[in-house]
Amino acid sequence: MNSLSVNLAGVELKNPVMTASGTFGSGMEYSEFVDLNRLGAVVTKGVASVPWPGNPTPRVAETASGMLNAIGLQNPGIDVFCERDIPFLKQFDTKIIVNVCGKTEEDYCSVVERLSDEPVDLLEINVSCPNVKEGGIAFGQNPAALESITKKVKKYAAQPVIMKLSPNVTDIAEMARAAEAGGADVLSLINTITGMKIDVRRRTFVLANRTGGLSGPAVKPVAVRMVYQAAGAVKLPIIGMGGIATAEDAMEFILAGATAVSVGTANFTNPCATAEIVEGLERYLEEQHVEDIRELIGAVR
Amino acid sequence: MSKKVKGCLEVISQEALGTGIYSLWLAAGEMAEAALPGQFVSLYSGNGSRLLPRPISICEIDREKGRLRLVYRVTGPGTGTEEFSRLKRGDSVRALGPLGNGFPLSPAEGKRVLLMGGGIGIPPMLETARQLGGEKIIVLGYRDELFLKEEFEKHGSVYVTTEDGSAGTRGNVLDAVREHGLSGDLIFACGPLPMLRAVKAFGLEKNIPCYVSMEERMACGVGACLACVCGSEKVDDHSRVCNKRVCRDGPVFLSTEVTI
Repeated sequence: MNSLSVNLAGVELKNPVMTASGTFGSGMEYSEFVDLNRLGAVVTKGVASVPWPGNPTPRVAETASGMLNAIGLQNPGIDVFCERDIPFLKQFDTKIIVNVCGKTEEDYCSVVERLSDEPVDLLEINVSCPNVKEGGIAFGQNPAALESITKKVKKYAAQPVIMKLSPNVTDIAEMARAAEAGGADVLSLINTITGMKIDVRRRTFVLANRTGGLSGPAVKPVAVRMVYQAAGAVKLPIIGMGGIATAEDAMEFILAGATAVSVGTANFTNPCATAEIVEGLERYLEEQHVEDIRELIGAVR
Repeated sequence: MSKKVKGCLEVISQEALGTGIYSLWLAAGEMAEAALPGQFVSLYSGNGSRLLPRPISICEIDREKGRLRLVYRVTGPGTGTEEFSRLKRGDSVRALGPLGNGFPLSPAEGKRVLLMGGGIGIPPMLETARQLGGEKIIVLGYRDELFLKEEFEKHGSVYVTTEDGSAGTRGNVLDAVREHGLSGDLIFACGPLPMLRAVKAFGLEKNIPCYVSMEERMACGVGACLACVCGSEKVDDHSRVCNKRVCRDGPVFLSTEVTI
């Protein structure tokens, strides 16, 4: 049997396939279609210190080979999350990665601290959401701010910290280095690319928030390029994402330098996408006569 | 909540009921067995550049033959619904369903139910009318062209409204309700937001409980992505904010639970 297992900052994943934050809730809804035991990890939707109502609707719009979303990080708050969502995920043999959001550095740190005695495997810090006015991307577009928040979060974190990077920057390598300097254990990229859609008949914005984050196959070449650049700039393991819908897509990211991959928008097109990608990777290794997927991480240089 | 089935469904037949309005019968097996009136089905495009499923309400359920009927409006050229309108007998389409909660039939038992449908909110009222046992008063609101009217007449007394006055009462469903002095013990309604707002106000005025089927732009269709929320009067147990998921907690809500 070929090996699909990978290691992220000391956490052993049975395979490199995980869900992308915000597309999979905490796994409850999709567990009707996907055996969560098959996944390397479930990455939850972003959770903050208190419940957030999110943005007005419409919150989504389809675009060519992509979609825009401006959900605005609606979430039930960390208390309910710890009581309800973590115990749900603990029933499965998969790693739990909690995505953390906040408006201030203190917000992030309080959630991270609250999670320190919870049975979660990794924390993903969302400093790259383009759809909220405060916090979010403000920390993810300035290298000094990114390094500072990474350092602060690391002080409170009991689990390894993944910093999730925004593609809405001039130089992704600089941002990757800033997160590494701040003490990040893992990087994940890309979050969505800020976009806009206009309804020409109604002569208005399609999204109530005016702008939204573009995801789906349309962003994949941008994401692969950024993962390649980040992998060249830092020694940290990288979780690659952006338009992955098939095992071949996942392999592009791995060959570009990603240790693991996240599947997001593809869940909406095919609720079984994650499990099918795991099967596709097993087939790929067999066809390519590769015993261990780790041999292929960053193999294209 | 009924069991959700994912599958590739075969087209049994398709016909146009009017300008841009299509009626599609699908061989749906288990999906048809599980379906309830007021639920919907997600149809997926065969074109890889259209990522999101199209939520389409269930117009009729034939459990014996394992068939579902979807009646939908083509939303424009180059859209997913236009693609579906070209499906022919023997073609197949990817689908997920049944989704959502549907209209609650038990509170309607032995009651006189006022059913109101507006525009493309009319189709789900047909199966609802078929499954309701008691007396039914049906009000259908059209822009101009009528569709499905004769099929509703088998299930109750039907009142029609058109925006241009070409048939029935000129105006909307509430204009017909007031003109004919219609009433009931319970209201079931599906249609555009302004209509549902008026229905909710009418229910409050006459002290009649209303169940309304809401519509919102969706992505996942199963309750994970939080795209299709509507406002709720009280903090929702799942979201912990004043938001409910139309695709999973609805699409049918008691009108007093939601802000319209």
